[in-house]
Amino acid sequence: MTRVARDPSRPVTTLELVCPAGTPAALRTAVDAGAHTVYCGFRDETNARNFPGLNFNRAELREGVAYAHDHGADVLVAINTFPEAGNLAPWHRAIDDAAEIGADAAILADIGLVAYARDNCPNIRRHLSVQAAASTPEGINFYAREFGISRVVLPRVLTLPEIKELNRHTDVETEVFVFGGLCVMAEGRCSLSSYVTGKSPNKTGVCSPASHVAYEEHGSGLDSKLGGFTINRFAEGEPAGYPTLCKGRFSANDKVSYLFEEPVSLNLLTMLPEVADAGVTALKIEGRQRGKAYVEKVVRAFRKAVDALDRGEQLDAAAIADLTEGGRETAGAYKKAWH
Amino acid sequence: MTAAQTAKLTLGPLLFNWSNEKRQDYYARVADEADVDTVILGETVCSKRTPFQEPHWPGLIDRLQKGGKEVVLSTLGLILSSREMNDMRETVADENLYFEANDIAVDDMLKGRPHMIGPMMNVYNEGTLARLAAGGADRVCVPVEMSGHAIGVLAGAGIMDVEVFVFGRMPLAIAARCYHSRIHKVPKSNCRYVCGLDNDGLAIDTLDGKPFLTVNGTQTMSYTVSNLAAEIPEMLKMGVKSFRISPHDVDVVRIARQFRGIIDGTADPQDLLDETDGLIDGAPNSNGFFYDEEGLKYKNAE
Repeated sequence: MTRVARDPSRPVTTLELVCPAGTPAALRTAVDAGAHTVYCGFRDETNARNFPGLNFNRAELREGVAYAHDHGADVLVAINTFPEAGNLAPWHRAIDDAAEIGADAAILADIGLVAYARDNCPNIRRHLSVQAAASTPEGINFYAREFGISRVVLPRVLTLPEIKELNRHTDVETEVFVFGGLCVMAEGRCSLSSYVTGKSPNKTGVCSPASHVAYEEHGSGLDSKLGGFTINRFAEGEPAGYPTLCKGRFSANDKVSYLFEEPVSLNLLTMLPEVADAGVTALKIEGRQRGKAYVEKVVRAFRKAVDALDRGEQLDAAAIADLTEGGRETAGAYKKAWH
Repeated sequence: MTAAQTAKLTLGPLLFNWSNEKRQDYYARVADEADVDTVILGETVCSKRTPFQEPHWPGLIDRLQKGGKEVVLSTLGLILSSREMNDMRETVADENLYFEANDIAVDDMLKGRPHMIGPMMNVYNEGTLARLAAGGADRVCVPVEMSGHAIGVLAGAGIMDVEVFVFGRMPLAIAARCYHSRIHKVPKSNCRYVCGLDNDGLAIDTLDGKPFLTVNGTQTMSYTVSNLAAEIPEMLKMGVKSFRISPHDVDVVRIARQFRGIIDGTADPQDLLDETDGLIDGAPNSNGFFYDEEGLKYKNAE
């Protein structure tokens, strides 16, 4: 199951850069900025970024795949939610269509769907989504043995030494998140959004949906709310962040804190040599909900870093500064101190 | 035989970190007095809690079996290290016991043996259920966010026996991070077992003082208490085979008796609902997931 790079000039040791394509325009932007691979989803509940205005219809995916392949890039289609009993058809159709259109892999989470893909569309590679929460070699090897998965996107619960150890015990390629939004809970095993808004990440591909967000004045400041619950409070003039459920401030034992996670985003740009050393195949950038300018900037920075790593060069400080400006960042679970 | 006569009551695994003394007293009373068919032991949340409990399992299993209960041993929901994986392998090596898997790796270890699937595994549909049945699973407690409609489809599919979580704070998420440790400002690696301070979990509030969620170590739970008493008659018609009560620091014997009455058609669900509303930390009942709505809601049946 070795991967054949479409771009013959690409060294085989290169870390594969897997970039978000929330829209056809973002797909072209990512490819132009140096993405080795882009990932996207259909415009429905079959993928975990089922947001208004995002994603692809069948014709758009066909054009996107053609554009990417013409430029030496691969296209992965995320079909990574869990169909509820009695409603499998939209997910089966998504797998059939991704295969027929010629996408390079389907990113799947549901056991029944992985089995369906193997049995009905054996020619499309099967990647295991982070939503499947396969955090151990034993779990990953189960999916490889039973369903022939080629790659797993690792849950953001493991440290880099743990990932290195894991890679010693599986032949399945591993893909890790290196930049963007960060789930603090084990992905695919979180019903918090569903509990508060009725919209389930697992079932409908939506977390903390905009339809349930409100900003309310509170004295001279502003409260950000989700489903009627105050997620955070901002002083006058302070920029009000989006009320992602697990990134707010809450009170426990009368003490207020960012109890689950600070409103930070993941950035492993300066840790890429360690990531490579851990034996991973691919680096994933989160952000299908992001605009073209963001995608352009992040993809370009990471491509530069991957190329520098290939040449054995240090990453220049300017590239790092350009990407990290302003935001608050973390290495997340990849460093033990986070736990 | 009517459906009602075949539906069973299960006491799920204790999700909280009770002292051994409290745990022993609780299960002694369950063995002798609780009208439940099945009792699930085992640690599902945090492997650091296991060494304190494990020595007591054989004695508890024996006592519960003597009390006429079927005993199931459950397993970890999130396995992060090879040490934890080896512990799981050793645990399930006991061929005389029936296990509940909460992670695909443990399900795979149990391949070819009858076992059950716990509510922390993502079993949402008949395709996945069929695959797990092929590996030997013969019972599933469906995820707490599953809708009544989907429960009906799975229960009617006849692939394996379907169990539904009908009472208790709902496990909603699991993480590598421990929130009890964060709240108490101790490192997870030296946590002093601070999760043991809260017998029903630690309720957390929003900045404007509204109760929001409950923290239980690495697990995040609902603040509300799921209670599907009113939906039991409908679920019996769907063919649901058992109902799960999740342990809390309340009179489980009394609650089990009332659920039994509802299954048998001799008790009014409303009496139980009235009694449990506010019983745990003042938290209200909820049943929203059953109606495919917000899980924290309580919706009156039409």
